[in-house]
Formats: sequence, structure tokens, C-alpha cells
Amino acid sequence: MSRPDVVVTGLGATTPLGGDVASTWDAMLAGRSGVSALTQEWAEQLPVRIAAQLAVEPSEVLDRVRLRRLDRSEAIAIIAAQQAWADAGLAGSDLDGERLAVSVGSGIGGATTLLAQDDILEASGPRRVSPHTIPMLMPNGPAAWVGLELGAKAGVHSVASACATGAEAIALGLDIIRSGRADVVVAGGTEAVIHPLPIAGFSSMRAMSTRNDDPERASRPWDRGRDGFVLGEGAGIVVLERAEHAAARGARVYARLAGAGITSDAYDIVQPHAEGEGAIRAIAKAIADADVAKRDIVHVNAHATSTPIGDMLEIGGLHKALGDHPVLSATKSMTGHLLGAAGALESIATILAIRDSVVPPTINLDDPDPGLTLDVAAHKARHMEIPAALNNAFGFGGHNVALVFARP
Amino acid sequence: MTRDEITTGLAEILEEVAGVNPDDVAEGKSFTDDLDVDSLSMVEVVVAAEEKFGVKIPDNEVQNLKTVGDAVSYIAAQS
Repeated sequence: MSRPDVVVTGLGATTPLGGDVASTWDAMLAGRSGVSALTQEWAEQLPVRIAAQLAVEPSEVLDRVRLRRLDRSEAIAIIAAQQAWADAGLAGSDLDGERLAVSVGSGIGGATTLLAQDDILEASGPRRVSPHTIPMLMPNGPAAWVGLELGAKAGVHSVASACATGAEAIALGLDIIRSGRADVVVAGGTEAVIHPLPIAGFSSMRAMSTRNDDPERASRPWDRGRDGFVLGEGAGIVVLERAEHAAARGARVYARLAGAGITSDAYDIVQPHAEGEGAIRAIAKAIADADVAKRDIVHVNAHATSTPIGDMLEIGGLHKALGDHPVLSATKSMTGHLLGAAGALESIATILAIRDSVVPPTINLDDPDPGLTLDVAAHKARHMEIPAALNNAFGFGGHNVALVFARP
Repeated sequence: MTRDEITTGLAEILEEVAGVNPDDVAEGKSFTDDLDVDSLSMVEVVVAAEEKFGVKIPDNEVQNLKTVGDAVSYIAAQS
């Protein structure tokens, strides 16, 4: 039996740039920043006082009683999944739940629930701790809620690979459909940890930008003045579907998920491999898996988080694995770094770049690092034909994931 | 406190915790079958009721509180 093609038939997102995919994509193409100052009282004592916060609060979409039992990361996963489901034309459909799977992960999970309930425990005792605490903080919570929402009975899976999570969840979705375990997989990532503890933790690692007085210019991948990533929150979800299944129901197809490559560094728990060896292998595997000519992969949505070391390692890896022809984007310059949702949101940007024949801009690239030897659509979007494109995502723990999307 | 006052207090808790319409809350209504309060929300209702009415409702009593009227009677007897 030949391997089935897998296509993308639905997209959903809620991000620092907009409450849905259309508004997020419009903002990206316009080069808008979603980063702002943290004005909450708790931020005053922190070394980092900027973040990319959601443009639309979950309370504007889901009702109050429902939100009482959802961690923020779960609520936005549900919101993005509902959008993707409707976008795929599956709302109200009679799709067999036993042919529907979910693959939705989070980098950190329900940490803000854990911390808030610990405050209640300390202040008021164990009887006051919410009975919803465990389902709110469990790492499989977002996937399980999405599965409940959509009636998925072919398995709900929760990938956790730090900042590679969203991309790896999509790669798992590809495997599930190829192996015949489901016809449709709702896949992606979610993250909502804008809270003093995660910020303090990342900033103790010296991983975050401290450009507190200039939030919109703080996330500046490949720029000489970059000084770390900017934490973002949001969710991105795609509907993956066996191509024949999509064709049979007359679904609109955005792109083909042509291939995926997953590797691990076995090098260091947080530092990327010094020569980007694992990243190079992931990209090469994705290209080989996709059976797409390298010359057709003309655009890369890079991982590029705005950290001094990581940004340049990726450039070296792309040179080696793909060549010198692709035009790059670092959309984190606008969205900040959505951690476990990053690979999913950036997959959505990659898919829309193919559909609309446009490379989204990389803002704040005012003074390119001399090591930036590949072409970047700096400041402004660039219109060009994109037969195929690559999305990279790397995570603490030495996770490397590359996805190849192509025109249907 | 009168039974009506306790019922009204429970209705406020049920609205806050589980989104139950206060007009639907009456002594004859079952928490699970009529008002759609699931087991985790029932735990929240009990804890909130203890606080509001200054009573103790042990876990082994909760299973006997099938209806709003059961809860009103228990609270009225304790307070």
C-alpha cells in the first residue's frame, strides 16, 4: 500500500497579534509587533517586564463558568481548535470520532494553575484548593479538552518537547495519518505562562531580552543588537487530513504536509549542539521524507528566537542542509516566542506563505549580524512564488523538528 | 435562617460555580439530574456553602444531599 498524502484543511489560532488566524496573518504581513510592557504589579520587581500577551482574552470567547475549570493554556487550545474545526468545514459534520485523533502539546503546561492553587493552599488550607486543579495542570489537559470538544476517539496525544512541541505535535499527526490510525488529526500547540515564576526562571538563564524600555523592538532575530527572546502566549492548531478523505468531502486544501524530520542532540540539556548537528539532520530528514526538491523549498520560517547563539547556529544549519537560496522569516520578531505553541503558529504562517505567495517580514532587523548569510525579508513582506517551504522548531532538551509544507 | 433564605443562598453559589440559572433552583430539584452539577462542581458548591452558612458538611454526608431540599434541611439543622 502506498503512503497516503496528508493535507492541511483547517487553521485556528489566538495570538498576541490577533484573536484568529486572519487577524494574526494580516498583522504579520503588516509587520506589527505584539510585544508590550507588562503593567501588572507583579512585574515591577522582575528583570524582564515585557511580553507578547494575547490580543483577545479567552473571557471574550468562552463563558465564565467554563473558564473556571480551564487553565489558560487549555482555554486557548479549545478556542484555536474550534476555529480550525470550523475552518475545515467540519463543524456539525458526521465525521466518525473513531477516525479522529488529537495531537496538542504544551511546553510548560498548567504552571499558572499550579502556582495560583499553591497560593490558595498556603493562605487558606487544603480544603480550599479547587477540585479542578489536577485536570487544569496536567500536561495532557489541552489535548484532552480538545478531544472532548470535538469527539475524538482515535486517541488524544500530548507531545512535550519544550519549544519544539507545536511542530512535533504536527509531525506526530502526520505519522498517525500515514499509519492509518486516523483520517483526521487536530494538531498543534498551546502556551500561557506569562507569570513571574517562568519569567524569573528564563531570565535567570539569561535567555530573555531585557529591552524593557522598547518592547516592540525587543524581539530582533539575527540583528546585531539581539539580547534574548521575548515570552509570548497563544495557541495554534491545524487540521491534518488524509488527502483522499479531504477530496472525498470536497474540503478546501491549504497545503500538503509533505514531510517531517525529528532528531535529538544528545549533547546538552539546554545548549544547542555547537555545530547545529541535530538541526541539520532534522532538516535533511524532513526534506528526504517530503520527496520535494531542495530548490523548490524557497522559504523557511526559522526558529530564530532572538538569542545570541541559537540564531546563528540555525543559519549555518540551513546553509548545510538546504543551500543558499531560501528566503527566511523570523515571525517571532512580531509574535514573541510562544514556546510550545511556536512551532504550530509558525507552521500556520508557513502554510499561509505558500497559499498567498508571500514571505512574511522579519521586523527589527536593522543591523544584521555579519553571520546572516542567507536572504531575509527584512521589515517588509516579499511577494514570490513558494512551491514548498520549511518550518524549524528546536527546544530545550535537544529537540529538533523540521516540517516541509508544499502546494497541494 | 429560613428555608427560602438558604435556598436563595444556594442558588447564588450554584450560579457562581456552575452557571445554574437561579430561577431553576428549587427544593425539589436534583443537583445532578436537574441542575447538571457534576461531581467536581458539587465539591465546590459544598465548600462554598460551608463558608456561606458557617456549617460543616462532611464528605460522607454529601452523597445524601441529592436535592436542593436535602441540602437546605441539612444546613438548617446545623446552623
